[in-house]
Amino acid sequence: MTVSLDLNKVCKRFGATEIIRGTSLQIMQGERIALIGPNGAGKSTLFNLISGRSTCDAGDIILNGKSIVGLRPFEINRRGLTRSFQTTNIFHGLSVYENLRCAVLWSLGYKYSFWHRLNGLKDVHARVENVMEQIALARRRNVAAGVLTYAEQRALEIGITIAGDAGLILLDEPTAGMSRSESETAVELIRKVTTGKTLLMVEHDMNVVFGLADKIAVLVHGEIIAFDTPANIRSNSSVQEAYLGGRVSSEIFA
Amino acid sequence: MTTHVNLTRWLIWMGFAATLIIAPLVFHSGASLSLLSQMGTMMILGLSYNMLLGQGGMLSFGHAVYSGLAAFCAIHAMNYVGNGEIWMPITLIPLIGGVAGMCFGIVFGYVTTRKSGTTFSMITLGIVELVFACSLMLPGFFGGEGGVSTNRVTGKPFFGLSYGPQIQVVYLIAFWLFVSTVGMFAFTQTPLSRMINAVRDNPDRAEFIGYDAQKVRYLTLVISAFFAGIAGGLSAINFEMASAENVSAIRSGAILIFTFLGGIGYFFGPMVGAVIGVFLTVMLSGITKAWQLYLGVFFIIIVMYAPSGVAGLMMQNFRVMKYGKFSRIATCLAVVSIATSIASLGIIIGVEMLYHLSLESGNGSEMNLFGWTIDTMKSTGWIVAGVLLATGAIAFTYSRRPFQYAWRTVNAEIDDLIHKGNA
Repeated sequence: MTVSLDLNKVCKRFGATEIIRGTSLQIMQGERIALIGPNGAGKSTLFNLISGRSTCDAGDIILNGKSIVGLRPFEINRRGLTRSFQTTNIFHGLSVYENLRCAVLWSLGYKYSFWHRLNGLKDVHARVENVMEQIALARRRNVAAGVLTYAEQRALEIGITIAGDAGLILLDEPTAGMSRSESETAVELIRKVTTGKTLLMVEHDMNVVFGLADKIAVLVHGEIIAFDTPANIRSNSSVQEAYLGGRVSSEIFA
Repeated sequence: MTTHVNLTRWLIWMGFAATLIIAPLVFHSGASLSLLSQMGTMMILGLSYNMLLGQGGMLSFGHAVYSGLAAFCAIHAMNYVGNGEIWMPITLIPLIGGVAGMCFGIVFGYVTTRKSGTTFSMITLGIVELVFACSLMLPGFFGGEGGVSTNRVTGKPFFGLSYGPQIQVVYLIAFWLFVSTVGMFAFTQTPLSRMINAVRDNPDRAEFIGYDAQKVRYLTLVISAFFAGIAGGLSAINFEMASAENVSAIRSGAILIFTFLGGIGYFFGPMVGAVIGVFLTVMLSGITKAWQLYLGVFFIIIVMYAPSGVAGLMMQNFRVMKYGKFSRIATCLAVVSIATSIASLGIIIGVEMLYHLSLESGNGSEMNLFGWTIDTMKSTGWIVAGVLLATGAIAFTYSRRPFQYAWRTVNAEIDDLIHKGNA
């Protein structure tokens, strides 16, 4: 197995506060990893560092064997990393179809072209139809993304994220704010669209975490304190201690 | 479905071409031809501006820089042709303007498009002031206060076109207008254009699907500047001169106002805006000294109550007609319109009398308005204006709510129909 993403002693500070403190993590190709941790542990910051939204102060991030430190988000994306956002981050004025079309253009090599006719691009159309089918929004294709329901917007968010067919997918709380049944649908969707891909996701919902993840990484105060299979994490006392302050452990890890 | 859309599209383009051919034949007086020339040029300029504002969300305060500098380049090119230093048919001069506009787009756009939003607007304002200042500092190129002039009737006639008669210039503009419109519409159907829409909506997200938002903005601006340059070249041929005013913030503001009036959400919006804007500027300024006041008030009303512009108003009413529900709003709409007209008439009479009183009272207190003689020193005129305004305002107050209600009900029904059609 080859390493997809390798974090090597990554550090990030905002002013005097050290948010990420020498985090190291190795993700193999094809693995589904859940990143959990209490609020303020630095999960979203870590995602921002990996995806190029902010730059790390020390350490190295290696994607498919090459360092991506200092690269801009679009450069990292072109190297095969895609991410979703915790707060819905879509093109609200464009239709569902156009949202997804934008998301596949670069990966199919159309770049900044102003000499191709969009409606004549069969490969783009086929890919968009395929993604739209997967996220079950085909019926809503002509609706502006801004007026979709919350759950639909979250599905579109995942659709945009995976449309470019990147090998490594980062999902930031994909089921945040969803009802139980919506969340179950979302888990099925994530399972379906990440088949054959590497997945790293931040998630608070333990049902989702234990249902999807091959391995779980626990981030507390900017450090990975455990990285193991769900079964081992569940029985790891230091995780329970640190993550839950030793108070309500069994309830959530039941 | 697709063939239906294609057929409609072909019909629209052919109708557009036919209009361009017929309009100069119908409106063939000297003044009309001059008006048509300016409208055509402004249409290209407005469409190119909307690539930034409507499609890219870039509020530029300096679009006249590209058309203006291109106009100067075109003037110099025509002078070279006149001196026999280069050979080139005048028909192709707009292309020189386009290339010049594009080159300046490459230079200035590199600076402006590094930022978006307010910062972008600020930088464009800086650039337009910079270029305007340069136009007075570099008289060799800009001709100082008086500007530079040329003669378009130069060299041998090319295919029988000397461009002496204005009608030939009108058709030259019509030709380039058609070509540019096709070009800019084709642009809206390309990957880059869709990405500038995406960058307008959410530049941050665009970076995570592989696109450099800056570069998307930059390339779009360069293409927009190219078409602005064509408009500049045409205005150089039309007026045979260019001065500092061509690159000024005032001209840039006019482009912005006309485009917004027309409607930035529709491809053809800026064309509507150009027709209204040029008509108001040229015709209204000949009739009344208060034309800028009327234009300003009109602009404010559009910004506040109809941000989708005149094109938006047209399309919204067209949508109601398409679903066969126009008869249900027609009466209320007519009443509101009449009430507004009466109030406007009152305001216009009052404004005209005020202008006469403050600017031309030296020539006597009497003035002509709509064929009547009104004495601004007597109370009759003021009373008439006041009564009209009051009547209109009261009628408007009472007719507004029924209209709003009818309008909302009808549109909600249509939305429902569309929603059901999708589901």
